[in-house]
Amino acid sequence: MKRGCSKEQMAWRAAQEIRDGMYVNMGIGLPNLIPEYLSGRDVVIHSENGLLGMGPLAAAGTEDPDVVNAAKQAVVISPGGAVSSQADSFVMIRGGHLDMTFLGAFQVSEQGDIANWHVPGSRIPGVGGAMDLVCGTKKVVALMTHTSKEGEIKVVKQCTYPLTGRKCVNLVITDLAVIRVAPEGLVLEEVAPGWTPSEVQAVTEPTLLISPCLREMGGPA
Amino acid sequence: MDKTFDSSLAAIHDIRNGATIMTGGFGLCGIPENLIRALLEKGVRDLTIVSNNIGSSDLKQGGAYGVALLFRNRQVRKFIGSFPGPVARLDWFLDMYEKKEVEVEIMPQGTLNERIRLAVAGLGGVYTPVGAGTLLAEGKEARVIDGKEYLLELPLKADFALVKAHTGDRMGNLVYRRTARNYNAVMAGAAAVTVAEVEHLVEPGAIDPDQVHTPGIFVQRVVKGELYERRV
Repeated sequence: MKRGCSKEQMAWRAAQEIRDGMYVNMGIGLPNLIPEYLSGRDVVIHSENGLLGMGPLAAAGTEDPDVVNAAKQAVVISPGGAVSSQADSFVMIRGGHLDMTFLGAFQVSEQGDIANWHVPGSRIPGVGGAMDLVCGTKKVVALMTHTSKEGEIKVVKQCTYPLTGRKCVNLVITDLAVIRVAPEGLVLEEVAPGWTPSEVQAVTEPTLLISPCLREMGGPA
Repeated sequence: MDKTFDSSLAAIHDIRNGATIMTGGFGLCGIPENLIRALLEKGVRDLTIVSNNIGSSDLKQGGAYGVALLFRNRQVRKFIGSFPGPVARLDWFLDMYEKKEVEVEIMPQGTLNERIRLAVAGLGGVYTPVGAGTLLAEGKEARVIDGKEYLLELPLKADFALVKAHTGDRMGNLVYRRTARNYNAVMAGAAAVTVAEVEHLVEPGAIDPDQVHTPGIFVQRVVKGELYERRV
């Protein structure tokens, strides 16, 4: 089967959305790869357990149990970093102070609804900060594979999995495409190298509008 | 004023079966590990635990740590939190859950800490946009403010709040370290009795007043933790 972009290419593409001076939150999983592509950039990374200015993972043997990220991994605090309580950390999120968040997703709908916390049938769900992040952040980017491992379509007309938030996703970056959520519908902005818009449409439920500036997704040099 | 107790066990001597207990920490970062150990030793049962996670699991380190130990020891009947986490996927936990020996109530992380803060602040509720239109909105009063839908969230109180600080004085003034501040700074004061375990116990005056994170009025008891594993 024809392949799309690698995880690394997707993370690189996601990093291109980030402008210098931004405060950004990365979810657990694929979004965790984004900081790899931010070296030399003037960006502050927020970790919802109460760390603004998160640096890389701590090197083996230097872990400080009092310095962890939202995935409970030992990390390093960047110069200029600041610690806050849980309450203040979520004030930053809910209050619209974060510029951008990147989240994995099970489904994203035509209206920008996102489902990423609970697969029906999983026995004990956990929500964490996902609902807060999609609700409060200025720009929400879903970073996910275009279809599931089982081949299920993930860009859908209506989410069938329980929602994390309504009308909150601004951009979808997948291994096959970059899709902008616009008032008139989903706009196909970029396609993976070697993929045509009709091939992307074939694995996307809602009808995609083709951007007049349609281009190929780039990748790390 | 001296709020210190001689041991963690003495500091929780009056926690009874059926109590609702908040425990600070995020994963294993900043958990009141000595007070949790004392609860295990005391053996109180039918507890309701309010915590972000159910401790954490690391199969290399015996499968569970933090409040997860209280669940594994069958001392808890209800978890109220945000992200039960990997412990909730372990066989022994799922078994208890299927047999309805333990109940799980979850809410968005920011909602959890605002509800706790309401209790500390003496407020009756807060409207949050988080969770509107989702499964977690079921049964909650919704209200449109300025064209946006909000949910009414009510205070979350406890009988005891167990928190951990890096440094504390005998009057209960606390200083947290790095991301171990997390829920500790939120839960102090949300219960009838807040017990703070500290790594370093100092005399009043030793902490610069400008550097106090939790003023002593929110803390009823202070104990110097006996043993810190400080697992990651």
